[in-house]
Amino acid sequence: MMRNLLLAAFAVLAGCGGGASGDHAGGVRLLNVSYDPTRELYREVNERFTAKWLADTGQNVTIQMSHGGSGSQARAVIDGLDADVVTLALAWDIDNIQRNGHRLPASWQSRLPHNSSPYLSTIVFLVRKGNPKNLKDWPDLLAEGVQVITPNPKTSGGARWNYLAAWGYALEQALGGDLSRLGTAPADEVAQAQAKAEKFVGDLFRHVPVQDTGARAATNTFVQRGIGDVLLAWENEAMLAQQQMGADAFDIVRPSVSVLAEPPVALVDAVVDRKGTRMVAEAYLDYLYSTEGQDIVARNFFRPTAPEVIERYAQQFPAMRMFTVDTAFGGWDQAQKQHFNDGGTYDGLFVPAAGAAR
Amino acid sequence: MLLIGISLVFLAVILVVPVISVLGYAFSRGLGVYLGALLAPDTLAAIRLTLITAVIVVPVNTVFGVAAAWAIAKFDFRGKQLLITLIDLPFSVSPVIAGLVFVLLFGAQGWFGPWLRDHDLQVVYALPGIVLATLLVTFPYVARELIPIMQLQGREAEEAAVSLGAGGWTIFFRVTLPSIRLGLLYGVILCNARAMGEFGAVAVVSGHIRGLTTTMPLQAQVLYDEYDLVGAFAVASLLMLLALFTLILKTMVEAFGTRRRRA
Repeated sequence: MMRNLLLAAFAVLAGCGGGASGDHAGGVRLLNVSYDPTRELYREVNERFTAKWLADTGQNVTIQMSHGGSGSQARAVIDGLDADVVTLALAWDIDNIQRNGHRLPASWQSRLPHNSSPYLSTIVFLVRKGNPKNLKDWPDLLAEGVQVITPNPKTSGGARWNYLAAWGYALEQALGGDLSRLGTAPADEVAQAQAKAEKFVGDLFRHVPVQDTGARAATNTFVQRGIGDVLLAWENEAMLAQQQMGADAFDIVRPSVSVLAEPPVALVDAVVDRKGTRMVAEAYLDYLYSTEGQDIVARNFFRPTAPEVIERYAQQFPAMRMFTVDTAFGGWDQAQKQHFNDGGTYDGLFVPAAGAAR
Repeated sequence: MLLIGISLVFLAVILVVPVISVLGYAFSRGLGVYLGALLAPDTLAAIRLTLITAVIVVPVNTVFGVAAAWAIAKFDFRGKQLLITLIDLPFSVSPVIAGLVFVLLFGAQGWFGPWLRDHDLQVVYALPGIVLATLLVTFPYVARELIPIMQLQGREAEEAAVSLGAGGWTIFFRVTLPSIRLGLLYGVILCNARAMGEFGAVAVVSGHIRGLTTTMPLQAQVLYDEYDLVGAFAVASLLMLLALFTLILKTMVEAFGTRRRRA
C-alpha cells in the first residue's frame, strides 16, 4: 500500500520530467555518454553528422552529450542514464555496462572495426616549456623533487592507462626489452619482473601530490593551477592543452615506449530499441570510421585508424613504440582485476603514498 | 580595534577578493563576450533548469517547513525529538550521499528502477531526480528557522483562538502566520539560495547532459573544464549575484524585524 502510494507520487513527478522517448518535434534525439577529453572531438563530429544526416535523410537529429570520468560515466549508464551510444575510455567500462543489466550483447566489441575503436591514443608527458626538469623517459619521473600529475585510477579511465603505461615500461625493461617473453620466460623471472614493475609504479605514485577524479580535472590542475612538473596525459589531451594555452607554455615529451590506448564506442541496444533510434545511432558510429569522421578525429588530436588519414597526419603523430593491454596485461578484465579492483595492486601502492610526495 | 581589523582583513581575503576575481574573469573580454556567454543555449538551459528546480522546491519545502515547525512547536506527541533530529539530518549528511540515495532508489539497479523503466519514467538523470535531491538538501531551512520562533511564542494565542471558536485554518492564517511572517521569509530566502546553488547532490543525479540536466553550478564547472573561462565565470557571477541579493534581502528582513520589535 505504502509502496504503491510512493510509486504513484513519483510517477507524477517523473511524468513532468518528460519521457525518455527519442522522438521530439519531428526530429530524433541521441544521447552520447562519453569520457572527459572527447568534448572538442564530439562537438565537431556532432555538428557535421547532424548536417549530413539532415541532408541524407531529411531528419533532424539532436545529439546530446554527457562527459565525465570514464568509470563514473559507465556507472551512470548502469544506474539508468539513457545513453544511445557510449564512447568511453576503455573496453572494460563498456564490459561493465554489459555485465550489469545486459543492455548490449557480450560480443559488442567485435561489431565494429579495430575492436570498436575508431580512434587511438597513447600516454605522453606534458611538461612545462623548455622541459626544465629534463624529463625524457619514464625513469626520469622518479627523480628527486619531480611532481607527477595523474588522476585517480579508481575513477578515471585515463589514469588507468597512465598506470599501465608505466607498469608496461618497467615490465619490459625487467624482461630485457621484450614483452612477448611474458608467455615464454620462466615463471620466477616473470614474477621478479612483475615485482620490479610494481616497485616502479609505487615509486611513481609517491611523486603524485594530488589525484583528481577525471583526466580533464587533472589537466586543469597542471595547466590552470600550475601544480606539478609533468602531467601524464592522453596524447590528444596534451596536444589540446598545448593548443589552448599556446605552444610557448608546454612541451610534449614522447617516452621510449607507451601503451596503445583504444577508446571503444558501442551502441546500447536496449536503449536504441526502446527509443527507436537504432538506425541513426548506427549511422553515427559508422560516421566516426568514415574518411570525413577520421579527418575530424585527427584534427582533434586522436590518432586515426584509416590508412589514408594516418598518412595525411603522419607529421602530427610521430611514430612511437606502443604495447597493447592484451600483450602486457592479458586484456582489460585481467588488468582491472589484478590492479584496480578493491584489494588490487593499486590499493597496495596507495596506502604508503599518502602525503609522501609533499 | 585589533579584533575589528582582523575580521575586516579576513573578510577581504575570503570574500571580497574572490568576488572581484570572479567579476574580473567574467568581464575580462568585455561586456559583449560576457553577455554572449550567458546567452549561449546550454547556459540559458542551465539557468532555466535552476529556476524551474527552485520554483518547485521552495514552495514544497515552505509548506513542509511550516507544517513541521507548527507540529513541533505547538503540539506534544511521541517521537517529536526524532522528528527534530530527522529534520536536521540534511545539514549533517554529505550532499553526495543525499544524491546517491536517489540513485539507489530510482536508478536502473535501484529498488524502483525496473518499475520506472516498465512505465517509461525517468527519475534520476532527469528533472525529477534533480528536484528530489534539491528538496532533500534544502528541507531543513524553513523548519529550522521557524521552530525557535514558534516555540518562543508559546501556544496561548492559538488556545485563545480555539476557545473563541476558530477553526484550524483560521487560526493558522489569522493568528500563527502573522506572527512568524519574517522568520518564514528569512527561511524561504535561505532555502532558495541553497536550492539554486546546490552542487554535490545534484551532480550525482544529473547525468551531466549538456543543455538538459546541468544546473547553473554544474554548468560553471563544465565550462571551466572546457577552457571557457569567460563562460564559467559569467555563470559564477550570476550565482554570486544571487548570493549578494540573498544577503541584501536577508539584511532587510532583519532590519525590518528589529524596527518592528522596537516599535
